[in-house]
Amino acid sequence: MQEGRKIRVLAAKPGLDGHDRGIKVICAALRDAGMEVIYTGLRQTPEQIVAAALQEDADVIAMSCLSGAHNYLFPRVMEILKEKGVEDILVLGGGIIPDEDIPGLKAAGIAEIFRPGTDTNDIVNYIREHVKRH
Amino acid sequence: MDEQKLRDLKAQYEAAVAKVLQKMPERRAQFVNSSGIPIERVYTPLDLQGWDYVEKLGMPGQYPFTRAVQPTAYRGRYWTMRQYAGFATAEETNKRYHFLLKSGQTGLSVAFDLPTQIGYDSDHELARGEVGKVGVAIDSLWDMERLFEGIPLDQVSTSMTINAPCAVILAMYLAVAEKQGVPFDQLRGTVQNDILKEYPARGTYIFGPRPSMRLITNIFEYCTKHVPQWNTISISGYHIREAGSTAVQEVAFTLANGIAYVQAAIDAGMQVDEFGPRLSFFFNSHLDFFEEIAKFRAARRLWAKIMKERFGAKDPRSMMLRFHTQTAGCSLTAQQPLNNIMRTAFEALAAVLGGTQSLHTNSFDEALALPSELAVQVALRTQQIIAYETAVCDTIDPLAGSYYIESLTDQIEAKAQEYIDKIDQMGGAVAAIEKGFIQKEIQESAYRYQREIEKGERIVVGLNKFQVKEEEKPADLLKVDPAVADRQIARLKELKASRDNAAVQRALAELKAAAEGDANLMPPILAAVKSLATLGEICDTLRAVFGEYQMAAM
Repeated sequence: MQEGRKIRVLAAKPGLDGHDRGIKVICAALRDAGMEVIYTGLRQTPEQIVAAALQEDADVIAMSCLSGAHNYLFPRVMEILKEKGVEDILVLGGGIIPDEDIPGLKAAGIAEIFRPGTDTNDIVNYIREHVKRH
Repeated sequence: MDEQKLRDLKAQYEAAVAKVLQKMPERRAQFVNSSGIPIERVYTPLDLQGWDYVEKLGMPGQYPFTRAVQPTAYRGRYWTMRQYAGFATAEETNKRYHFLLKSGQTGLSVAFDLPTQIGYDSDHELARGEVGKVGVAIDSLWDMERLFEGIPLDQVSTSMTINAPCAVILAMYLAVAEKQGVPFDQLRGTVQNDILKEYPARGTYIFGPRPSMRLITNIFEYCTKHVPQWNTISISGYHIREAGSTAVQEVAFTLANGIAYVQAAIDAGMQVDEFGPRLSFFFNSHLDFFEEIAKFRAARRLWAKIMKERFGAKDPRSMMLRFHTQTAGCSLTAQQPLNNIMRTAFEALAAVLGGTQSLHTNSFDEALALPSELAVQVALRTQQIIAYETAVCDTIDPLAGSYYIESLTDQIEAKAQEYIDKIDQMGGAVAAIEKGFIQKEIQESAYRYQREIEKGERIVVGLNKFQVKEEEKPADLLKVDPAVADRQIARLKELKASRDNAAVQRALAELKAAAEGDANLMPPILAAVKSLATLGEICDTLRAVFGEYQMAAM
């Protein structure tokens, strides 16, 4: 990692889900770990999330969805990133994600899925080890 | 009682404890509950000095209703067993309702999908991926008729978890009743209709707080006249707690919201005793068993005082805090999911010992997916076992008089009152939400809870202790067919092709004119629903007048 610049994370709630306890706890934990975190608030479209990530020059996009809409929303974010030629943002997902959906999400380019009960330190460490640009 | 004798006895005991502690310290240096209340080693009458039975408790069914709102409580009738359910299309949810009623459930509780809750039709761009996922998709009166097919509305009580577009969904329910030939005054049920907790906790707002408060008071006023047995609001702490608050914060923020609704209705020209008896509440039941029981009792007493002393209510029914309870979804783990059956059972027992009027017990697979039929049945059976097998319902408020429970009840009430005073000083609940105070308080508690788990200060069995390496996942998790969205969209097309579109436009224009003035919006919404205007069309009409709420990023 280069010196001087903090890892920048865009935390986002795609879709209509209003459960934001988890993402807010993760925002606080990432900030405590020295990262810069921008939280988009609720009800972001995939387009808005990508636009915000580019505008904020984010190294990581961390999305949370507990409504079951992840199979549409998470891959759609990856599609838009690809359309824009962005390949160096680490994209993570979290929420109520059934086992059988994980291979499809990873094939779409989501680097890792974190589910209920995850220790926030594991997320911090994962980001530090896998962040692509920085 | 000889107080001096008791003091001497306690002093001897403390001396004996001090000796034991030298050899073997206790499990923790300090015992504190989620609300930050220190828990003593042992409680005695010394903890309740000056405590007056008549003033603090009274009798069941009597002010301040600490013991129960009804004089016979569960000796008369058990609580309503009401499982929150809804997914996919109206037809599929209707099948689940028939299954639940056949299994001995005594009331319905409708879960709507997110597009419905936020006032979008299933074909809206923002509805993509969400149709029929967390609840049933309702776009028009057609769907509502299918949802209650074969269920006579004068025979069930129906709770509907709907907030921002509450007036529209209630109007659809009334239109179904009309078609079934059921007079409005025979309808029993509840709409959540509680917008204030949506901003800090649940997130399904459409309009800002002020136009939303108008819609809410319009519903109060309309139901008082036309649907007199209907509970016009369910003022909800459940989601505040799920978002991470403590038990004290749950009581405080919920009752502060309640105060805002009562004040808004009074400001709109209503008398407190006209609408006060139809207000209802909704709480969470979490794992700290005694804290939860004390919380329910404290909430009852505090609300009775607020209604009597602050708002001058005269009708005792206005002072009764009647509430629904749901066990804590956030206490469930994805790890070793069968353990969730035990957690839910303890939480349900606390709700019953706290005197709930109705109860939803969570299904063990809910940290993994929507509940399967088997999991729902076990959850319902848990309630039935408490009611029919444990005999805890045979005497009213059985824990009253426990030094610990009464001391906790007093402390929770006092701490909640402190928060309410603080919120009053900020200008009330709406102002406190607009300032971000409530949100910040909840977030801090949520983060503290997570840190406690990660530091091992709070044990979650199967998560940070007693883990197993290879977990077996429950089979038969429920999955919503993605084709549900296509079916809903096809039905919308059919609706728009077959209805009288000129009549729809007229009804929407009348609604718009009413919204721009200050008339009660229920009659024009009911007219629009009956013209077969969709939920999205009606909400868009209101959006054009009221605007949409935007939450600030952080």
